[in-house]
Amino acid sequence: MSFHSFTGTDSYLAAPELRDSVNVAAALEKPLLVRGEPGTGKTVLAEAVAENLVMELLTWNIKSTSKAQEGLYVYDTVQRLNDARFGDKDITDISQYIKYGPLGQSFLTDQRVVLLIDEIDKADMEFPNDLLHELDRMSFFVHETGKQHSARFRPIVIITSNNEKELPDAFLRRCVFHYIAFPDKAEMEDIIRVHHPDVEAELLQQVLLRFYWLRDLPEIRKKPSTSELIDWIAALRRGGVSTEVIESELPFLGVLMKRENDLEAVMAAHRRGRVN
Amino acid sequence: MFVDFFYHLRGYGLKVTITEWLALMRALAIGYSRADLHVFYNLARCLMVKREADFDNYDRAFASFFMGVENHFDISDELLEWLSNPKLPRELTDEERSRLEALDLDELRERFKDLLDEQKERHDGGNRWIGTGGMSPFGHGGEHPTGVRIGGAGGGRSAVQVATDRRFRNLRSDRILDTRQIGLALRRLRKLDKDEGPEELDIDETIDSSARNAGEIDLVFRPPKRNRIKLLLLIDVGGSMDPHTLLCERLFSAAHKANHFKKFEFKFFHNCVYENLYTDISRWKGEPTSEILKRLDHTWSVCLVGDAWMSPYELTHTGGAIDYYHSNQVTGLDWLRKFRDRCPNSIWLNPEPQRIWNAPTIHLIRQVYPMFELTIDGLTEGIDVLRGIRPNRALAA
Repeated sequence: MSFHSFTGTDSYLAAPELRDSVNVAAALEKPLLVRGEPGTGKTVLAEAVAENLVMELLTWNIKSTSKAQEGLYVYDTVQRLNDARFGDKDITDISQYIKYGPLGQSFLTDQRVVLLIDEIDKADMEFPNDLLHELDRMSFFVHETGKQHSARFRPIVIITSNNEKELPDAFLRRCVFHYIAFPDKAEMEDIIRVHHPDVEAELLQQVLLRFYWLRDLPEIRKKPSTSELIDWIAALRRGGVSTEVIESELPFLGVLMKRENDLEAVMAAHRRGRVN
Repeated sequence: MFVDFFYHLRGYGLKVTITEWLALMRALAIGYSRADLHVFYNLARCLMVKREADFDNYDRAFASFFMGVENHFDISDELLEWLSNPKLPRELTDEERSRLEALDLDELRERFKDLLDEQKERHDGGNRWIGTGGMSPFGHGGEHPTGVRIGGAGGGRSAVQVATDRRFRNLRSDRILDTRQIGLALRRLRKLDKDEGPEELDIDETIDSSARNAGEIDLVFRPPKRNRIKLLLLIDVGGSMDPHTLLCERLFSAAHKANHFKKFEFKFFHNCVYENLYTDISRWKGEPTSEILKRLDHTWSVCLVGDAWMSPYELTHTGGAIDYYHSNQVTGLDWLRKFRDRCPNSIWLNPEPQRIWNAPTIHLIRQVYPMFELTIDGLTEGIDVLRGIRPNRALAA
């Protein structure tokens, strides 16, 4: 397969660096670790890659209780015990009680798939280390059946992290790393036009001006992200708010700011700004 | 050339390993860089730099390797940072101070930036100094001996220009932190308890697991979940600590919210620890320090937060306490030593950057406590000392 295969989709605009990172990860058959602020499209990236390359997408959503083993397979002993009690099934074949997790499935398919391991930093600190061998060799061993499964087609693995926990070095060494920077004004315009194709230019400019001004305020703890901006524009348009009002009043601010302290800080800064 | 680049990166503190290097070689071998420096810049970064906090270092390394762009960034950084900090330099006289206060900080910052911008555009041979002219009221020239030089990129290699932009400066982890980051750093303290003690039989889990295992008994052991961390936070308030109030508040609220300590106590002091420690910021309600010391033992960790900046006699003389009516019998330094002797597992966090730790009292205190910057990196290092995975080393006397 060629390198320059992932190009982004109509609804997902990928920066050239991001496209390169995806393609190099696919070519080197290494997992791609994507980090960035919430709302910069980390999770959607995997969907876009799958859509663009016409591959199936398998998703493994990590929770704080997730174990590496679950991603490979689970031996369903309870089901087997049930079947044994009622005697309506042949239970000697253990393999029918092996339930493969997303990682296991991605190795077993007969074509290349995209595997998304979403929010890996939610799990225990040691979780990524438990995956090292499997991600390196793309194979795993099922103890119950004594079988070794190796991937025939190495999946494109995309791992997202919100930076809640520092990931172990050994794990990082094996990944291709990409940091999605927060989009600048020009990129943000393109993104908004995807979601609001017919937005008025004047409104868009005013909104962007306010939005980046807001994000730059040092006292803000939780900076609003892209998805909140898109919601805000939707709210402003539905409310029929004029650009002058946006400038003077910052309406529907609750859509952008979710913390009370931040809201107050913005209002205070806004008042200061108008006095000057 | 490429091997040189590898060592060059390592020289800039990037922990690039052979595995990652080989991955880059493989990518180059299959023609990935497309003979384009910009693509190479991104390719090398995504394979070898795995933390956005290191991007800035990478940019500097890349720029200096491929352009020989000399690295004079830091000085302007420092200046801007310093200008954005409303604290006045300590050694100013009253007269200078009043002159200074007449100047609008924003205005000054703008002027400085304008100067910088102008310089970037001119390209006149590369060396034009931003003199002390614009800055002279501050009289701080001694710390910036030659002023600021901008590395003007002459030719069209865009990747290097991108690198010299240093867009990732704000992601460096040696910047100051917010409550959440502090909370995360403090979470590291929780790990201590897991590693300790023999494993215990988990009855519930054993029953559950045995049932799942079709009646075969399956014993489940796990480390005890007791948390052994006892933390005493002593925070310097008032005076020279005022500019750091926000930062200390954040540390305090993060520590307060972290409910994973077995015991957590906090006290305030002013400048140095004397006979009394205070339970409120206004320092009305006090408690004798000796009483507090009695409650402590070696299982406690003490974390002192302060700029350690005072007159030497406040630390070393009896009766030297900063408050006029307060005549202390035991010197501040002795009190500090008492804490250290009682709880060897102790550190000092200093909100001031390490480059200005040059007061004599800082040196004295560093002989008692290992001192760390109150930044992500500093806090993490300090916590590693508390966890015992980094040697607890004070300065040699």
